[in-house]
Amino acid sequence: MTAPTVELLAQRLGSAVGNVSLSHGVFVLLLEPTALLSTVVQLKSEFGFDLLLDVTAVDWPERTPRFEIVYHFYSTEHFVRVRLKARVSEADPTVDSLISLYGSAHFMERECHDMYGIVFRGNHDLRPILLYEGFVGHPLRKDYPKQQEQSLVPYRT
Amino acid sequence: MFEGSLPNPVRPAFGADSDDEVVVNIGPSHPATHGTIQVIAALDGEKVRRVDVHCGYLHRGFEKECEDHTWANLIPYVDRLNYCSGLINDFAYCEAVEKLMEIEITPRCRYLRTLLSEYSRIADHLTCIAASLMELGAMTAFLYLVMIRDYIYEHLAALTGARVTYTYSRIGGLALDLPAGWLERLDEILDQYEDFVGRIHGLMDRNRIFIDRTRNVGVISAADAINWGFTGPILRSTGVPRDLRKDAPYLAYAELDFEVPVGINGDNYDRYYVRMREMDESVYMIRQLIDSLPGGPISVDDRRCVLPEKHLVYTEIESLINHFKLIMEGPQVPAGEVYSAQEAPNGELGFYLVSTGGGVPYKMHVRSPSFVHMGGVQRLLEGYQLADIIPTFGSVNMIGGECDR
Repeated sequence: MTAPTVELLAQRLGSAVGNVSLSHGVFVLLLEPTALLSTVVQLKSEFGFDLLLDVTAVDWPERTPRFEIVYHFYSTEHFVRVRLKARVSEADPTVDSLISLYGSAHFMERECHDMYGIVFRGNHDLRPILLYEGFVGHPLRKDYPKQQEQSLVPYRT
Repeated sequence: MFEGSLPNPVRPAFGADSDDEVVVNIGPSHPATHGTIQVIAALDGEKVRRVDVHCGYLHRGFEKECEDHTWANLIPYVDRLNYCSGLINDFAYCEAVEKLMEIEITPRCRYLRTLLSEYSRIADHLTCIAASLMELGAMTAFLYLVMIRDYIYEHLAALTGARVTYTYSRIGGLALDLPAGWLERLDEILDQYEDFVGRIHGLMDRNRIFIDRTRNVGVISAADAINWGFTGPILRSTGVPRDLRKDAPYLAYAELDFEVPVGINGDNYDRYYVRMREMDESVYMIRQLIDSLPGGPISVDDRRCVLPEKHLVYTEIESLINHFKLIMEGPQVPAGEVYSAQEAPNGELGFYLVSTGGGVPYKMHVRSPSFVHMGGVQRLLEGYQLADIIPTFGSVNMIGGECDR
């Protein structure tokens, strides 16, 4: 496995990656959603990023595209972190699922789907995980009001 | 059983496939589930074939709520993530904010935070081991361990004013310095810890019943553990010596001498033993820290985040305004984003913060080890007996507050 550096990542990952930078000790790659899966395959096989730490999103209602999906990876060999960011629109918040590469993607993508309504293509189990069946809306979107009431699950008698 | 078609809060991933399969529901509120979690299991006799784990029963909109409060106001809130070791959550969160503000904490604060992190790790591991031993019927071991944990809680209450939810850390420092006599009492507790943990080793390590229930139960390989995102004692029990305190030393860990204990099999017994050994390493670290604790201030001298002294607030207008601004508007954190992680007792506890500049976070996300572990826990349960769910869940140490946020 090659130890990753900013130059090496920018050079190897090619034109799919819009931007490579270093922020507080973490490599940050901004890329097209279509290039996500192939880039992650390369990161895993070539640079040894074997631990998918986290999947989340950031909602920027005034920007287009609106959502930024954020992934964090860690290499247990080189002790290096990388952050991947892909931007998707509100009309089509879809990105490829990483469950074929990382088992931990299952739950994290479910949580991200719960909270932001991001659809992970290929992950067929996007049932609510922190929320419940019948919950309407995606609470971490900025336009979801904090005081919003939901139909509660009726008491069982 | 119920009238009409009431919606069920969860939709199981599977039903019974064949006549010899039975689907049972365990939890979410069950005395043996070790936290509020629901396990739906398809059984063949007593053997667990498939498992569908549902969490979220303790979900309280933590991340949404955080977007409405100042950076400083979140400290009591992050306490309540892993409530067995609240101080580590505090320190991990404050470190993330300090990175965004580019603050370097004082040497005394760095050492004290390290000391208290290790002290909390002992309390957390004691809780985990005590509860999982009790679930196997070992009442004496439970009482021994919880007694030591209670000494630690009382001792931390003498420092912070609270037994569990401390709110002791501040952005750029700590709330207060150590009270008189605190380190002497710490010495006494560590001695008692060694006495009682020695008894636990005597009671459990070669205990036939304990070994039968834990050896080769809930086994996971190193490659699987990494694939499913396991970190902390579960990953180390498979033989992978990954520990952020060693790999990317933060606080004062680079200046300390300690080992990273690892297991061999990745089974319940190894997870028990890794935790026991980690506590010993923590005690060793605390003793080094007591000996080398530097003097000096506990908070940085930075008016952007640290409150001015009270007597100045009452006597000069600049300090009064400073105090008012910090309380009402919050510390002004420069725009940017940061992911900062510490080695919590359960694994990697990460905070992903996004700031657009100003006193309130734009986004706050917690990478909680328990939630990720719940995503892979079916690998530890499938193929074993129904009764093995209890010791395995105990050894994973799922903490609802941190898992469900």
